[in-house]
Amino acid sequence: MVEETPWQQALRYANRANPYPFYEELRKTPVSRQPDGTFVVSTYREIVALLHDPRVSSDPRKCPVPAGAQAQGSGESVAEPIREVLTEPNIITCDPPEHDRDRRMMMPHFVGPPHAPQLICDLEPEIRRIVGGLLDDMKGKTRIDAVDDFAYPLPVTVICKVLGVPLEDERRFHHWIETALDALDFGPEAASEEIRSRQAGARQAVQEFGQFAADLLDRYARQPGPGMLSALVNEDGPEGRMSKGVLASNALLLIFAGHETTVNLIAHSVLTLLRHPDALEKLRRRPELIVPGVEELLRLESSVQFWHTRSAVEDIDIAGTTIPKGAPIFLAYGSANRDPERFTDPDELDLERRDNQHLGFSQGIHFCFGAPLARLEVQIAVGEFVRRVQNPRLVEDPPPYRHNQIFRGPRHVLVDIDGIRD
Amino acid sequence: MTLRATVAELVREFRASGRIVIVGASLAGLRAAETLREEGFTGSLTIIGDEPYEPYDRPPLSKQVLKGWVPADHTKLPRMREVDADWRLGVAATGLDRATKRVRLADGEQVPYDRLLIATGTRARQWPNPTEAALQGVHTIRSRDDAEQLQKALAESPSRVVVIGAGFIGSEVASVCRELGIPVTVVERGSAPLVGALGGVIGEIAAQMQRDHGVDLRCGLGVSSLEGDSGGHVRRAHLSDGTAVDADVVVASLGSIRNVEWLEGSGLAAGFWGVGCDAGGRVFDINGVVTDSIYVAGDVARAPHVLYEYQFLAMEHWDNAVFGAEVAAHNMVNLEPHYHPHLLLPGFWSGQFGVNIKSVGVPPFGDEIVFTQGSVQERRFAAAYGHRGRIVAAVTFDHGKWLEYYGKLIERSGPFPPPPPGWDQPPDMKPMPAEFPDPRVPTAVPDVVLTGHAPSERTAEFRPRRH
Ligand SMILES: Cc1cc2nc3c(=O)[nH]c(=O)nc-3n(C[C@H](O)[C@H](O)[C@H](O)COP(=O)(O)OP(=O)(O)OC[C@H]3O[C@@H](n4cnc5c(N)ncnc54)[C@H](O)[C@@H]3O)c2cc1C
Repeated sequence: MVEETPWQQALRYANRANPYPFYEELRKTPVSRQPDGTFVVSTYREIVALLHDPRVSSDPRKCPVPAGAQAQGSGESVAEPIREVLTEPNIITCDPPEHDRDRRMMMPHFVGPPHAPQLICDLEPEIRRIVGGLLDDMKGKTRIDAVDDFAYPLPVTVICKVLGVPLEDERRFHHWIETALDALDFGPEAASEEIRSRQAGARQAVQEFGQFAADLLDRYARQPGPGMLSALVNEDGPEGRMSKGVLASNALLLIFAGHETTVNLIAHSVLTLLRHPDALEKLRRRPELIVPGVEELLRLESSVQFWHTRSAVEDIDIAGTTIPKGAPIFLAYGSANRDPERFTDPDELDLERRDNQHLGFSQGIHFCFGAPLARLEVQIAVGEFVRRVQNPRLVEDPPPYRHNQIFRGPRHVLVDIDGIRD
Repeated sequence: MTLRATVAELVREFRASGRIVIVGASLAGLRAAETLREEGFTGSLTIIGDEPYEPYDRPPLSKQVLKGWVPADHTKLPRMREVDADWRLGVAATGLDRATKRVRLADGEQVPYDRLLIATGTRARQWPNPTEAALQGVHTIRSRDDAEQLQKALAESPSRVVVIGAGFIGSEVASVCRELGIPVTVVERGSAPLVGALGGVIGEIAAQMQRDHGVDLRCGLGVSSLEGDSGGHVRRAHLSDGTAVDADVVVASLGSIRNVEWLEGSGLAAGFWGVGCDAGGRVFDINGVVTDSIYVAGDVARAPHVLYEYQFLAMEHWDNAVFGAEVAAHNMVNLEPHYHPHLLLPGFWSGQFGVNIKSVGVPPFGDEIVFTQGSVQERRFAAAYGHRGRIVAAVTFDHGKWLEYYGKLIERSGPFPPPPPGWDQPPDMKPMPAEFPDPRVPTAVPDVVLTGHAPSERTAEFRPRRH
């Protein structure tokens, strides 16, 4: 058997809880070519350079060798089933000028001042209410699951409200998302029978999810309702309206992203703080540290560990390597955020870290659209957890992880507690 | 004690109980003070400012303040940390005695220093005819008070505003007028707005942008005189082509003058272009010898820049004031080899006519320009400036996210034209002359100036004195 590269090892399920030693190895070659032809970029400087490089495309349609193709051994990309269904691009899978135009159209309905400067702050009382309710529900318990009981319900409720997706449908799309994610594997295990068999399920799940979004948009076209999706369907900006297909694709993206990444971030934040009782205590004493603290947690356990739709549309010389035109590029944010060239003691948790320009939300034109919302949610959730949960203790370390590598997060985080303060 | 130990002891002592004086209580002055404390300086710190206000931010003055969104007194600069200084506000420094190491103040007091930071910035160039400049309704804009007065004047819905000079500030004022629905005439001696800073090719786009927004733009013309009514209020501007424009408000945005007069007789290399210093902010004397105790930062500084053939750069940019101040402050309390250089890649932003204009590098150093991304027609684009086959600057219109990329190329002396982007390429990617005005032709003075001389252009004759 050929020896596995550090990247392949990092992607193995067995290493999900702690891929960081492999990233460390990986960073010795900032831009490394993988056996399947993918170029993995693992160092902070190089990733930042590529995030700002107009020769790097985010549009999978422009990449002749789809990422992860040979991991399958079939020439078919691991992302293929999803791509087949999602034919229309959304803002993370297209380039300017389409990207800029679509993002511009979406912005005013989200945070784009001067159009909706209040939208996010106005959600604060609602977020506090939800978080408060979740913690109240834990009263009387001695053991909780920080994922199911806490991290998961909040972002889901919030994103449904922001977008105008009926909360009753949550079970259904949660299932579709899980099914699709479980089949998306970029590591050596992608070729396994198990993953392959999941792919058919993924195809169907994305199909149904797409239909769900299309139906919802149709409903809003007939009768406008609350939230961003209805606004996008019905309101014309100076640049007109998005096509139905593009809108549906973006709706999927927003439901998905608004829901997946924040869960992992809250779960990881709780997990990390429980591993560092001194930091937890400090945060309890100085609640104002929650703002830099969340940035630090985001750096340490970035919600999105890497991104897979980028490719070179010209030859790019970087770090002594030429990424040839057409090659897929994986940007390993999870590794960059622990690059010792950029962050001193990168594996340490420092709630007061200065100059913390982490890549937890990426950078450049694809900088996370939902970042302001995610920040607020996590700040409130983690802040309240720290304030109200009495004597929390981690039951199992490491906890079981979810399968997906991009959206890496614990499936459950069991915590023993003494009680809930008011 | 060894010499090295003695020196180390002196540095420690200076940090603990030295006396530092900062003249100029604005952006550079404040950031320097904060950095000094950050670096562990616990000695006495005196900050002298001729304005009566605590440090405030100027970029909003010609934007949010004029529009009436933000009151002029709400522009106070945020403090990054406690500076624990003796603030002497509302009193100007009038002189510098280097022999006794004292700063003379307008109220007759003298403040002694061990180390001095000059951060006196620039002031607005006034309309040259003093009688006309004194007419009511004639404005310049540099300070909080200026902005407050002009904002009031605009809020009274004047029948027309005349803006003299279409540099960044003049263009921003014109933009605000249009946003407020006020008719505005812009008179610019150069061929287009922003030509001094960005050249004629971009100037043409800026001109079109102004016209599209209903600005009455008159280029290649000057204002020859201002006419007032019997009440002493300005009513008309006479132009150099013999025509006249009726207006109740005139804004002279004619560039700036460096506040160096108080340094006269000090023997420092201070003059029209500012105070000369090395890349570490240490001021030169008139013979080009570096001083040990005097530093300079911000708009009033000019320093050689490695990326621009070591020409002296004077930059009237916010970033430059912040980083220059940090570097100067660091060097004030450290010794060689721990000095930091101020090697900032110049950068600037401006908001006008709904477009966010940003530049990086020194555009006037370039002689060619090429559009590299986006669409000029939609006014969302990036363009690069080149000089002898390398990229030296870039400008973006609503494309600021790409600036970082161009900045990196410039820092590495990347090739010009730069590598073509993979997508979003403009239809025409041929380099063309950037069309900067001949520096000898008077026009709105750009806010980054190269003030060095190429050896081949030496104009002074060097005659060493014989004893
Ligand atoms: C209206 C306006 C809009 C701007 N917009 C932008 C923009 O969009 N982007 C950008 O990058 N830059 C912009 N700038 C430029 C930016 O504000 C300056 O680069 C920055 O303020 C420079 O800081 P400084 O501390 O060097 O000088 P200043 O801010 O000029 O401060 C110097 C201070 O020293 C005081 N002083 C002068 N002489 C004496 C003396 N003898 N004794 C005591 N005190 C003295 C002055 O009164 C002043 O308070 C703008 C400037 C103006 C005026």
